[in-house]
Amino acid sequence: MQPLTRVEGGAIPLGLKNVDTDIIIPARWLKTISRDGLGQGAFETLRAVPGNVIDDPAYAGAPILIAGDNFGCGSSREHAAWALGDLGIKVVIAPSFSDIFSGNAVKNGILPVVLAQSAVDRLLEVARQGEPITVDLETQTVTTPYQDRFAFTLDPFRRDCLLNGLDEIALTMARDTAIGAFEGARANGQPWLMRGTAI
Amino acid sequence: MATKPRTLYEKIWDAHVVETRDDGTALVYIDRHLVHEVTSPQAFEALRIAGRTVRRPELTLAVPDHNLPTTPRLAPDGTVLPIADPESAAQLAALELNAPAFGIRYIPATAKEQGIVHVVGPEQGFSLPGTTIVCGDSHTACHGGLGALAFGIGTSEVEHVLATQTLLLQQSKSMEVRVNGDLGPGVTAKDLIMHIIGQIGAAGGSGYVIEYRGAVFERMSIEQRLTVCNMSIEAGARAGLIAPDDVTFAYLKGRPMAPAGADWDAAVAYWRTLHSDDGALFDKSVVIDAATVEPSVTWGTSPEDVVAIGGRVPSPDDFADESKRVAVQKSLDYMGLTPGTPMTEVPIENVFIGSCTNSRIEDLRAAAAVLKGRRKADNVRWAIVVPGSGLVKAQAEDEGLDRIFTAAGFEWREPGCSACLGMNPDKVPPGERCASTSNRNFVGRQGPGARTHLVSPAMAAAAAVTGRLADVRLLGVKRNT
Repeated sequence: MQPLTRVEGGAIPLGLKNVDTDIIIPARWLKTISRDGLGQGAFETLRAVPGNVIDDPAYAGAPILIAGDNFGCGSSREHAAWALGDLGIKVVIAPSFSDIFSGNAVKNGILPVVLAQSAVDRLLEVARQGEPITVDLETQTVTTPYQDRFAFTLDPFRRDCLLNGLDEIALTMARDTAIGAFEGARANGQPWLMRGTAI
Repeated sequence: MATKPRTLYEKIWDAHVVETRDDGTALVYIDRHLVHEVTSPQAFEALRIAGRTVRRPELTLAVPDHNLPTTPRLAPDGTVLPIADPESAAQLAALELNAPAFGIRYIPATAKEQGIVHVVGPEQGFSLPGTTIVCGDSHTACHGGLGALAFGIGTSEVEHVLATQTLLLQQSKSMEVRVNGDLGPGVTAKDLIMHIIGQIGAAGGSGYVIEYRGAVFERMSIEQRLTVCNMSIEAGARAGLIAPDDVTFAYLKGRPMAPAGADWDAAVAYWRTLHSDDGALFDKSVVIDAATVEPSVTWGTSPEDVVAIGGRVPSPDDFADESKRVAVQKSLDYMGLTPGTPMTEVPIENVFIGSCTNSRIEDLRAAAAVLKGRRKADNVRWAIVVPGSGLVKAQAEDEGLDRIFTAAGFEWREPGCSACLGMNPDKVPPGERCASTSNRNFVGRQGPGARTHLVSPAMAAAAAVTGRLADVRLLGVKRNT
């Protein structure tokens, strides 16, 4: 995973609340066995409407997306994060995110930034003016050319993973001894838990 | 030694923490992992590329469900019929190859045990109380009905679990949803969970694990508890829980993958400790009076857009929040509804009975009880029943339910996710309405332009008979299931 430290650029002012992952990437696009190329299906329903904000040339190449409450709710499909990444999105700013989506985002190098609705409203305004927004994960701040400065926090482990492009699976595999000890205790105390399908 | 009173969630969490990192992130052991064809191919591929193996293959169970057509799978001569859609076929073939290649038990599409992962897990006794259960599917919350900590994960986490049998997690906050009193006649578990989502909102449970508490849940069957917990995610909660009890143990005893003999006794003794202690503190508590719950129906495009069947389509002006007003207007435009219209005057053209929320035997019985001796209205063009598994289908056929459905004008299908999300050929046409027993009324969920009204199985049957959304209690069937 590519490290993410600072992102500066335009922002797509989507603004909608409860943007579910069916909206981000409809089910018909989930038949792929690859992670690539999902950008073409991203926001398909919204983009079917002429003059939609996603395809507005004013925001072409914008690395930031600004949305309303509960972004990424619904299905756990990681295809939503892959689709956003394929569109070139590196940061999503919203008042809240679904738990599953925010985890999926971080694992794909996309930073979910939680800010108060008032701050999100202000950033929507700045984005619509075509001004760039800067998101700095080192300092955990969002700034604008108008001297706006909003602080956000990200769980320290996720922040570390993003800043350093860490592979979580490799980190966990390095804890093999601890996992083995846990399994050993399990096998002694509650052997039925370890049988699963091999009963 | 006196210990601090703990919630059920805390007990299960504590029993699965392998270790905690300095930053507070916990390495959590995963007892059971369900895999289907849609969210796993990229995980298996990544394992291959990295040269990684599956740490505990016996703790994962694979079954295809999302893409499978619900038309017959075998020709009369017993040969397996091909899948017409090449992409679906490729995805299904990938699972069929990946599971055995990594040593994972695979239930083929043609086996009688095949079904929706969240129906199969409990049915096989693979899902057990007090376990951590994950699946690359948000409705994994379902298994909380057995008292398991069960939640949906993304594909990167599927890969993480396959490789390490653990996940790196932050502990969630705990929410108690306490329901006092009893449900009225004709009001079901589905109506109750829809009512709860309407009360706390689609994001109300974000960051929480919900425990459903109160005598109403103790009186519910496992099927009903699975329905309640299934839709926790529609309130934003990654998981929902109901404490296991004798009803749970009776349901699980003798199931193929459940413990047996001395193991069974030891398991039950442990499971009896799995309840929130007196004095345990929840981060948030919501209290609902069961007597206020009516048969429920959705009018909009978020599961929080719930109204009692006797209610009317709301107006954007009914909502204080500006962003909600905008969302309501968009929903009404999409749904083609006018504010003030009584819900019972909304005509429907399609009925779907199925999904991991409502495709178990009790769901089919509830719908059949309404349909017996009746027939779908002429304006209902398409009505299908998709049993949750081959075993549910066989049991329903033993009970003669299939004949009630077909006599009523329904199609009786093979098991799978089907029109809940329209990945297979079962879709609702653009602009048409569907009374659906599934879990999501999102824009385009049942097909591009499809308009979904979420209801219980009995209410779906009532809608089929009347050709519009209808109050099942007025059809002369009195059930309290």
